[in-house]
Amino acid sequence: MTLNLVGFSAMLFTALSAALLAGLTLWRRKKPAVFRRISSLERLRESVGLAVEKGLRLHFALGRAGMVSQHSAASFSALSMTREIAEKVSASDYPPIATSGDPALTILSQDILYTAYERAGALNRYSVSSGRLGGLTPFSYASAEFPVIRDERVLVNIAAGNFGVEASLISDAANREQTLGLAAADTLPAQAIFFASAADPLIGEEIFALGAYSDAGAAHEASLQAQDILRWLLIFLMVGGAVLKAMGLL
Amino acid sequence: MNKILSPAIAIAVGILVLLGYFFPAPLLVNLRRVLVQWAVILSGIAVFIGIFNLFIVHIGKLRSREKNRGYSLVLVLSLFLTFALGILLGTDHPILKGLFDGIILPAEKSLMALLAVTLLYAAVRLLRQRRDLMSIVFLATALILFLGSAPMPFFEIPMMRDVVRPMIVNFLAVGGARGILIGVGLGTLLTGLRILFGVDRPYGGK
Repeated sequence: MTLNLVGFSAMLFTALSAALLAGLTLWRRKKPAVFRRISSLERLRESVGLAVEKGLRLHFALGRAGMVSQHSAASFSALSMTREIAEKVSASDYPPIATSGDPALTILSQDILYTAYERAGALNRYSVSSGRLGGLTPFSYASAEFPVIRDERVLVNIAAGNFGVEASLISDAANREQTLGLAAADTLPAQAIFFASAADPLIGEEIFALGAYSDAGAAHEASLQAQDILRWLLIFLMVGGAVLKAMGLL
Repeated sequence: MNKILSPAIAIAVGILVLLGYFFPAPLLVNLRRVLVQWAVILSGIAVFIGIFNLFIVHIGKLRSREKNRGYSLVLVLSLFLTFALGILLGTDHPILKGLFDGIILPAEKSLMALLAVTLLYAAVRLLRQRRDLMSIVFLATALILFLGSAPMPFFEIPMMRDVVRPMIVNFLAVGGARGILIGVGLGTLLTGLRILFGVDRPYGGK
């Protein structure tokens, strides 16, 4: 059994991240964190409240990352937010809909919505068709979003998860129906498209802040802080490495 | 029982797969392979469940006579037809390949072609909706890259193709992209760890 330098560094980094996450979670349970304002997420809170007030629907487009993929984390982050928001709007006249482009993600979204309704004590309002499979290819998924956004009394459209260039069609459909909402993705093409076309885009790793900003708990807050600490550590290592290399010491 | 069992299984499997990546011992590597294979098989079964869900949703639309239910009818009929043909003829049969090449492929390509229009429309709308510095920088960069890539019919803009465009593409864009990807990587790592700790449960449960 051999462990090369890259593997050892990755293991060390993972262990450090785990320790940071555990420590910060314990700390954050005693003292909640205060984060910088993200205007898109602040407007999302207002939009969600407005949807409940007007008796209209929320639509979560969860993307198309499966469970055995490097993009699964974006879906998990979107699922955490879906659970928190769905619980808050469970009393609305029209229950929220979650659409996805991967069958496993569809099953998870149904489970998450079921849990949200159960926690809110409103299981009688839950429908299994609230979590839907849109389509199995990127563009069939995007085209399945059109009728949902257009015909199902959607006021707030939240696209969060793994998207590709098909994000443009989803964003365009949301704009045509003048729905409010948020757009976040973990890929560069989709982020660029959302920046240009969505009303409230999230850029960079802000998609992973969805849980912390929708009150999903201390672990989500700790996770954000751990990300910041690790980012500074990486910056220090990269700049330090560059300086040492320039000096001929590395 | 389910409240304890599901997270316990998820955490144990997650840790075993992670250990299989870090420690290439034969036992761990084989275990990792088996577990990942199981996940792939379960994903395959999930496709069936997902398609059944799609069917149920559209049958519901037809039953409740919703607006634009004609599309649901087309979807349900197409689903039945392709499923029956696939079972009877096999997936490699020329008829099924013809259906794919003649319907699905052109439809997807047409939607892809639509992207050019929707993106252009989004760019025009961007300045109307969000007139801030970042939007102007975004559009100016897109325009410069466009001018640096597209063939000019009558004249070449000096230094555009040789200096400006490569500088943006090779330095500014790559630097920014790497920064974003490092952030996404860290977010992915910590999301995975949250699930391994059992504090984040994408599989439901209170």
